[in-house]
Amino acid sequence: MNFKHKYFFLFPGLFVLIGILIFPIIFVVRLSLSGWNSYNPGLDYIGFENYIRLFTDDPRFWESFFRLSFLSVTTVILQYVIGFALAHMVWKDIKFKRFFRVLFLVPMMTTPVIMTVIWRTFFHESLGPVNDLLSVFGVAPKWLTDPVIAKFTVIIVEVWQWTPFMFLLLLAGLLSLPKEPFLAAAIDGASPVRKFIYVTFPLMAPISIGAIIIRLIEASKIMDTVYVLTSGGPGTSTETSSFYIFIKGLREFQMGYAASMSFTYLIIMIISLTIIAKVLTKVLLKE
Amino acid sequence: MNKLYIFLKYFFIVVWTVFVVAPFLWALTTSFKDFQSVNGGVTYIPWVDFEPNLEGWKVLIKSPAKGGVDIIEPYFNSLFVTCTASLISIILGTLSAYALSRYTFKAGFVKNNDITFFFISQRIMPPIVLSIPFFLFLSSINLLDSLTGLIVVYIVLLMPIAVWIMVDFFNKVPREIDETALIDGCNPYQAFLKVVLPNSIPGLIVAGMFCIIFGWIDFFFAFILTFTEVQLLPVKIVALNSSVTPWWSLSASALVSVAPLIIVAFIVERYLSKGNLSGAIK
Repeated sequence: MNFKHKYFFLFPGLFVLIGILIFPIIFVVRLSLSGWNSYNPGLDYIGFENYIRLFTDDPRFWESFFRLSFLSVTTVILQYVIGFALAHMVWKDIKFKRFFRVLFLVPMMTTPVIMTVIWRTFFHESLGPVNDLLSVFGVAPKWLTDPVIAKFTVIIVEVWQWTPFMFLLLLAGLLSLPKEPFLAAAIDGASPVRKFIYVTFPLMAPISIGAIIIRLIEASKIMDTVYVLTSGGPGTSTETSSFYIFIKGLREFQMGYAASMSFTYLIIMIISLTIIAKVLTKVLLKE
Repeated sequence: MNKLYIFLKYFFIVVWTVFVVAPFLWALTTSFKDFQSVNGGVTYIPWVDFEPNLEGWKVLIKSPAKGGVDIIEPYFNSLFVTCTASLISIILGTLSAYALSRYTFKAGFVKNNDITFFFISQRIMPPIVLSIPFFLFLSSINLLDSLTGLIVVYIVLLMPIAVWIMVDFFNKVPREIDETALIDGCNPYQAFLKVVLPNSIPGLIVAGMFCIIFGWIDFFFAFILTFTEVQLLPVKIVALNSSVTPWWSLSASALVSVAPLIIVAFIVERYLSKGNLSGAIK
């Protein structure tokens, strides 16, 4: 094939993406070295002061980061287990297969913040149905105002919202598996459990890794659900890194400091996701 | 053993179905309630627990001056931004994906896979990292609080998805069909437009659906980069939530906003069942 044409295909997309992104990324790095805030808006140069402050004098950022890690790892594990179970159940013929497939996909098509508005009324402590039904058992958990329970409310909402995405990726994977290993297992008379452990799961390992990584990337961005559901509260008990950076940067207008946090956060994300991907590959593929 | 498995399977499916449907049902019943049936204790079944009325739905079409919630303009803004950004992303993403699937690139140590990874890796970027520079950047060129500014930002969100799905899809379209077209005297652009694209329609539809989903559900950028001139639907509804808007009109507007994407769920399921999504995630 002709040599030059390939650039005409590749470059429009590549250059638009680079064109839109190059400025923000360079700017974040430069901004993080400045003391830009609402009293002093401007790109002065203050060296690494912001980073020193971040690493020595801001436990709130690191707490929000560990909270984010807890929330995203927990939700992704739950999503993986439930999503795999659901995908496995509607993979082969069951009654109303297509109905269930569509139904299980629906939550991911709904706007998270808008559904969170509904969830807020759903978990309302005196007027919501959850506590009304639970009152039969004489309990009334404070879904949105208890520091511990609020985390689980966020997890419930996230699992509802994004298990469908995991389900979609895993079902697509299951549908693409070759038929021969299953025939062989059937001839050997393997039980469903053994078939799952020795055939389905190993075949699904590469797809599982892909799906988990994709979901971890998306889950690490948890922010709008938290904003609408609890506004990071009570106190800071559901505040994630993104939300804290948002407060510092776009509420208090400490742009310089927020930029240094977001750059640090980006680097940590890239490093930890790379490590997780390597570890998962090792464990699941036994390489 | 087998019976237990089947029982557990259906039990789990039923439990999950209830969980999935519950918030929708709650929103649907709430949208027909009035003050007494929301604030006077929890009510569930229309006509038994409370007398349904259409107040929550009527508010949606009233003008704001008469106490309506005015979601029609944000609705069309959202549709316009999502569709335009998706279309641009699909066009640019498909061209790049075709190049990455069919030709080999090499610049130093950068090869095809690295370029593909560069596209896809943009999804790793936390929105908050981009939001501050975008905020300052768009305000410096007067595109803050405008539809154009949002479209530019959404292209960054959506193009990686388009490239991701289309590279895999083109890899499954046999190379022979382009080669035959070239031998028949087409130039590479004609071969792409007349032969490859018509054979890639399922991939284009799947990529388009994903772009629409991730464009339509975005809240963060719309929230940060627009204020009063343009409002997108999610921002508008969240704003309703924090004001004194009653639950019934809130529920009605939420249902109206999630409705169009239910159609997308049907389309995605159809292409999923045909096996068109399988390559995309390896």
